[in-house]
Amino acid sequence: MRLDLGAIAKAGSSKANQTGSWRNYKPIFHQVKCIGCGLCKIYCPEGCVTMIEKKKYTVDYTYCKGCGICAEECSSSDIEMIVEEK
Amino acid sequence: MSTTTLTAPKEQSCTLLAPGHTACTGCGEALAAKLVLGAAGTNIIVTDATGCLEVFTTKFPQSSWEVPFIHSLFENSAAVAAGVEVALKALGRQNEAKVIAQGGDGGTADIGLQALSGMLERGHDILYVCYDNEAYMNTGVQRSGLTPFDCMTTTSPCGELSWGNKHNKKDMPSIAAAHGIPYVATASVAFPKDIENKVKKALSITGPKYMQIHSPCPLGWRSKPQLTIQVAKLAVQTGLYPIFEIENGKVTKVRKVTTPKTPVEEYLKIQGRFAHLFKSPKGKEEIQKIQEIADRNIEKYGLA
Ligand SMILES: Cc1ncc(C[n+]2csc(CCOP(=O)(O)OP(=O)(O)O)c2C)c(N)n1
Ligand code: SF4
Ligand code: SF4
Ligand code: SF4
Ligand SMILES: [Mg+2]
Repeated sequence: MRLDLGAIAKAGSSKANQTGSWRNYKPIFHQVKCIGCGLCKIYCPEGCVTMIEKKKYTVDYTYCKGCGICAEECSSSDIEMIVEEK
Repeated sequence: MSTTTLTAPKEQSCTLLAPGHTACTGCGEALAAKLVLGAAGTNIIVTDATGCLEVFTTKFPQSSWEVPFIHSLFENSAAVAAGVEVALKALGRQNEAKVIAQGGDGGTADIGLQALSGMLERGHDILYVCYDNEAYMNTGVQRSGLTPFDCMTTTSPCGELSWGNKHNKKDMPSIAAAHGIPYVATASVAFPKDIENKVKKALSITGPKYMQIHSPCPLGWRSKPQLTIQVAKLAVQTGLYPIFEIENGKVTKVRKVTTPKTPVEEYLKIQGRFAHLFKSPKGKEEIQKIQEIADRNIEKYGLA
């Protein structure tokens, strides 16, 4: 690997790492009882939860590591963690 | 002279700390950095000390940073930031970007303390953010000056002759405030809106600012990744991690603890780093000492 002077890396290039492959548990966003509080998105350490519309949030499984924070903190228990099947 | 634009993509909806970083699942530090960047916006230049945040965001040749980012050494984040700030002034471009220096608790309160003190003393217009996960996590959980009392780390092991870390957590916010700087604040990943407000407020103030964010580390704290927010919340609710603002030397705002008081056991018992305190009857006396630390914080900052 060639190292350029100062070892410069391209902004946001970590997106090439599909950290979703780490997952043991998988969050399922039921999108039924959601009140649109946004906590799942705010608290996700990966920044991989997005809002589709006001009371509908979804997760990008490419990066979700399955930590379970979103499910634990969800205001309406609308996110369920299930065992990942690979 | 090159006039490369300093700003990152304008896409506000995407997080400025890109996914694909390699932090452990449920990492509080990754969350804290995401929240800081989200509040600061795109017109910033950030530096970082060596440590987990630097390592998990810059797996070369990749980077998670969507804003200009510089890493140099473990001990010099504040010095590098000072250089950036002075360079911007020399170029007459200081209005184009704010400078944020970052470091872990070890990089801030121990090895980088001299560089930080110089930065605060010289009056640079920089916000310094310390991500406090209470040990040297990146090298395998060694005790730092911000490790709490009786906490088990690899260099403060517990056993027949030891309850873990013998020393009290260093009062880093007071050390920063003693430099006579305009703004010092503590925060916690459990309260994201508070982090946002404090970052925005700090960046609106000219001069050196210091912010310390309590950031649970599931690996080093031996806590469940899904409990990161709850652990952080309990640290605040028990009084063990006081949340306050110090403006020009005076405490101006605090977050109250719960009434009735939440006993420190509630916080300690969900973390393996304190598990030894619950294994023998003598551990009760140690927990009482930790309760007294919380009580002193409540008294000192008026958290009740
Ligand atoms: C001068 C120097 N000493 C030691 C190290 C090894 N080292 C790299 S990261 C690190 C721990 C960082 O701890 P902290 O600042 O608390 O950040 P954390 O990893 O916990 O986020 C250490 C000891 C180094 N890189 N440089
Ligand atoms: S499980 Fe963790 S990583 Fe996955 S979406 Fe929820 S908070 Fe984010
Ligand atoms: S935390 Fe739960 S209720 Fe809140 S926005 Fe997310 S899914 Fe909806
Ligand atoms: S060791 Fe701790 S701070 Fe470091 S990446 Fe893992 S959880 Fe985050
Ligand atoms: Mg640390």
